[in-house]
Amino acid sequence: MSALDMLATELATGAVEVVDLTHTLDPDFPVIVLPPEFGQCARFRMEEVSAYDHRGPSWKWHNISMSEHTGTHFDAPSHWITGRDQPNGAVDEIDPANFVGPVCVIDCSQGAAQDEDFELTPQVIADWESEHGRIPADSWVLMRTDWSKRSGAEYLNMREDGAHSPGPTPEAIRMLVEDRQIRGFGTETVGTDAGQGMHYTPPFPAHHRLHGAGRYGLQCLSGLDRLPPTGAILLAAPLKIRNGTGSPLRVLALVPGKDRT
Amino acid sequence: MTEPLQPPAKKNPQLRSPLAFLPPVPRSRAALGLTARAAEGRFALQQCAECGAVQYPPRDACCKCLSTDLPWTDQPPHGELIAETTVRISPDLYFRNQSPWRMGTVRLASGVSVLCHLHGDVRKGPVRLALLLDRAGQGTIMALPEQEVPNMADDPQLRELGTSPKHRRVLITDARAANAPALVRALLDAGAAMVFVGESEGWRRWPGRAALDAMERVEIVPLDVTDSASVREAAGTLGGKTDILINNAVFLRPGGALDRSDTVFAQQELEVNYLGLMRLAQAFGPAMRARGGDGINSAAAWVNILSANALAADPTHAGYSAASAAALSLTQSLRADLRGGGVRVMTVLTGPTDDEWYAEAPPPKLAPRAVARAIVDGLERGLEEVACGDIARDLVERWRQDAKVLERELAEGAGR
Amino acid sequence: MTRMPYDGVVLTAPFTVPYQRYSNDAAHFWAAKGLRGTLDAAGLRPDQIDGFSVASFSLFPDTAVGLTQHLGLGPRWLDHIPMGGASGVVALRRAARAVQAGDADIVACVAADTNQIDSFRKLLTAFSRFAMDASYPYGSGGPNANFALITDYYMSEYGATREDFGHLAVAQRANALRNPNALMKTPLTMQQYLAARPIADPVALFDCVMPCAGAEAFLIMREDEARQRNLPFARIGATIERHNAFAEDPVQLRGGWAVDVDELWQMAGCGPADMDLVQTYDDYPVISVMQFEDLGFCEKGEGPAFLRERDLTVTGDLPHNTSGGQLSAGQAGAAGGFIGLVEAIRQVTGTAGPTQVADAGRALVSGFGMINYDRGVCSAAAVLSGESA
Repeated sequence: MSALDMLATELATGAVEVVDLTHTLDPDFPVIVLPPEFGQCARFRMEEVSAYDHRGPSWKWHNISMSEHTGTHFDAPSHWITGRDQPNGAVDEIDPANFVGPVCVIDCSQGAAQDEDFELTPQVIADWESEHGRIPADSWVLMRTDWSKRSGAEYLNMREDGAHSPGPTPEAIRMLVEDRQIRGFGTETVGTDAGQGMHYTPPFPAHHRLHGAGRYGLQCLSGLDRLPPTGAILLAAPLKIRNGTGSPLRVLALVPGKDRT
Repeated sequence: MTEPLQPPAKKNPQLRSPLAFLPPVPRSRAALGLTARAAEGRFALQQCAECGAVQYPPRDACCKCLSTDLPWTDQPPHGELIAETTVRISPDLYFRNQSPWRMGTVRLASGVSVLCHLHGDVRKGPVRLALLLDRAGQGTIMALPEQEVPNMADDPQLRELGTSPKHRRVLITDARAANAPALVRALLDAGAAMVFVGESEGWRRWPGRAALDAMERVEIVPLDVTDSASVREAAGTLGGKTDILINNAVFLRPGGALDRSDTVFAQQELEVNYLGLMRLAQAFGPAMRARGGDGINSAAAWVNILSANALAADPTHAGYSAASAAALSLTQSLRADLRGGGVRVMTVLTGPTDDEWYAEAPPPKLAPRAVARAIVDGLERGLEEVACGDIARDLVERWRQDAKVLERELAEGAGR
Repeated sequence: MTRMPYDGVVLTAPFTVPYQRYSNDAAHFWAAKGLRGTLDAAGLRPDQIDGFSVASFSLFPDTAVGLTQHLGLGPRWLDHIPMGGASGVVALRRAARAVQAGDADIVACVAADTNQIDSFRKLLTAFSRFAMDASYPYGSGGPNANFALITDYYMSEYGATREDFGHLAVAQRANALRNPNALMKTPLTMQQYLAARPIADPVALFDCVMPCAGAEAFLIMREDEARQRNLPFARIGATIERHNAFAEDPVQLRGGWAVDVDELWQMAGCGPADMDLVQTYDDYPVISVMQFEDLGFCEKGEGPAFLRERDLTVTGDLPHNTSGGQLSAGQAGAAGGFIGLVEAIRQVTGTAGPTQVADAGRALVSGFGMINYDRGVCSAAAVLSGESA
């Protein structure tokens, strides 16, 4: 029996379950907000073209529009200036093998519940590794904050001094990228960086280092509490957009069924 | 004595809503000059350029010297009411519903006799005249008391010729706009029964929300003019009780056409300023048109606030000028569509506003309060064309004089 | 230059097609009825007339031109008179001169209109450009409102009362009761007049005419022709016509008659006191009062007092609108501009039957028409006399 045959069996029996880590694409879902003199991240929009009516009697369809970075989305290396010269840095160039792989989930939900500017530090990573083992190279690392359970203004959590949401420190992201050689980093917040990430050196360290090293980002993930710390497989395949810097996508995870946990 | 207008009673749900009938629409081309002046609130008549004779009714040639040069010229809005009647029987459906209707003959100092509507407090003798749009959107003349009288605006005939917010429910589309608080206050002061204010992207906090939310007769409702579903949703909730819609949603970024290498802002400018209006029109227009005859709080007016550069582009705001021009064009079509329901469409043209996007423009700049005042005044007088502030008025005047010259003037300083 | 008299030209074969309140038939139907009636009265076939004059509001899109083909006529002289209440006298003036000059031998003058259920409203909506632009949008009262303003102004200028106008309306109703073709069939008292439903203050129900369908017609020919055919005829003593007179008057208190009244009586060789009967254009009583004044029966403003002292019925000292006029017989569109003239021809030819005024030798006929904006623009008058007068 091949591994794929086994997977098929386990999926059929429920020994392996598929978990959806994606927010619904909704016009009112928050996006990153930049100072207004910059071009903004286009919100998801949907226009009905016909609905079994005079505009098309037998069919219903919509035109949709959005940014590459709207909703649950993938960041390619070319998204950031540090990654602009990375080979295969656009979504259409990325080896599809990178879209399926193992995932480690670092639970920061308690800390994030107490501190909206909670930082993922090397110490937090070290603590996680002491319990779950060293993060394997070429795996996804997701920062669980349960932030996806927030809604409305609480999600972006914008104040006059900017957004407030958890994220990694420069040291933590350096550790993951350089020392652990991760494939990519994902969060439940609107970006891979903390809401106040522009005040670090370098600003937006996750974007800076991940993409500068040709690694990927996932943001606006939903329901990371349904993933085990280790042992799940992440499926995150962006749309194949020529020279795309990212893409909304459906992020799925294969996790052990409940009876196995 | 005009009786103060009482708020409307709740509707009897078993009765058919009153239909919106219009007073007689047909006019000669010359008479449409009255409509054009009424739209701006001017009292102007044709006056012969050669012999100076004032003409009325509007003509194609002077009845004194046969000159065909009859420019519309502002006239002293005064005259003497010398004959009057109360029309109790009319074959016209609109006036049948409005009867009795007072009208009379007013003699102007210029020697012309004018048949006109009469305010209830007008008696034979001196009167003030106003050129007002009727429910069909045609210019008509009304005689008003020389001096303000108690409850003057509540006169039923005068109210028919205006679009007063009193006892009406108003939707302001963008609560975040700088002019929203001033607009809300001005409308409440003018007697609006309720002011709904649209809030886009409730997930973005903004200052002033709490203050607005705390006001009586004000309700913040979700509405994003760039989102068709949101606009439809809002119309589904409020469409049947939006008597006046004020579209103050605006998006602009300074810059010439060559300043960027993309269309991101241009698209956003079209999304908000033009397509936003289209979405609102499609979602709210039909219900408003159907409620044009719905009593004291009938659907009455639609207000679009646009840059005066809709008329002639400001090359330093190229995309915004273009989007404003698109919106102005759509406003004209919308006006034609809503006219059938007796719903007025008012264009408020503004100059540079006192905000971050006109930081580099020299004063004078338009304060939110001035916009609010102009809108309420325009609604009460039932205007279609309002130029708000000195800059907009000046630009409109120059545009009228010579659009090409204005284009060249506006180009000064650009393109370097 | 002295005007040429209307010697040798006469009016004959007066004919009225009985009025109907509403008609589904077209104006063409009514015109045909009128034309046939007047031809029958003269014993003529259609091909024996060579002149045709038409007045109608409801022929659209046709004019007199369309009617010739429609009715199979081949006239060498054709006229269309769009002058409403003045069209009778105006048609007479033009046709008489044509016959006199030999441009035509026999002219049939016909006024005809239909009245479908909604046609009055449609007529008002686009009556004239000025009315459409500057009168109808103000309450859409139509002529009721226009004449209400004129009546109101007249009353305040000259102290006339509603009784003064009622005096005319009541007398005309009495006359109408003698006319079997009149639409109004019941007597009218002053009390009823005063208590009537207000329409456009101070105009009330019995100040207003009732629009209806109908036709009026007569022939104009040389006197020798009429004698040959043994037709009773009326002679034309004088005529006047004037349009847009006194344009500066703030409200109409006088019509164009006042401009030409001296010429009228001079040409006629007689005066108001010589008239055995008067047919005014009476779409509202106030305008009849003005005609008495402007045509020299009394001074301006004295009409009410002058008329108050007179009996205006068929048997009175000043018989007026003897068929009941438009107020009581009905207003058949442009035929309202013919009703007084046709009745006057009957009177001076002694063929008026139940409405006949005894020894009616001379009649004054007056026309007034077209509320283009705020007043009637066209005015006309003619003095007729019988063979023996």
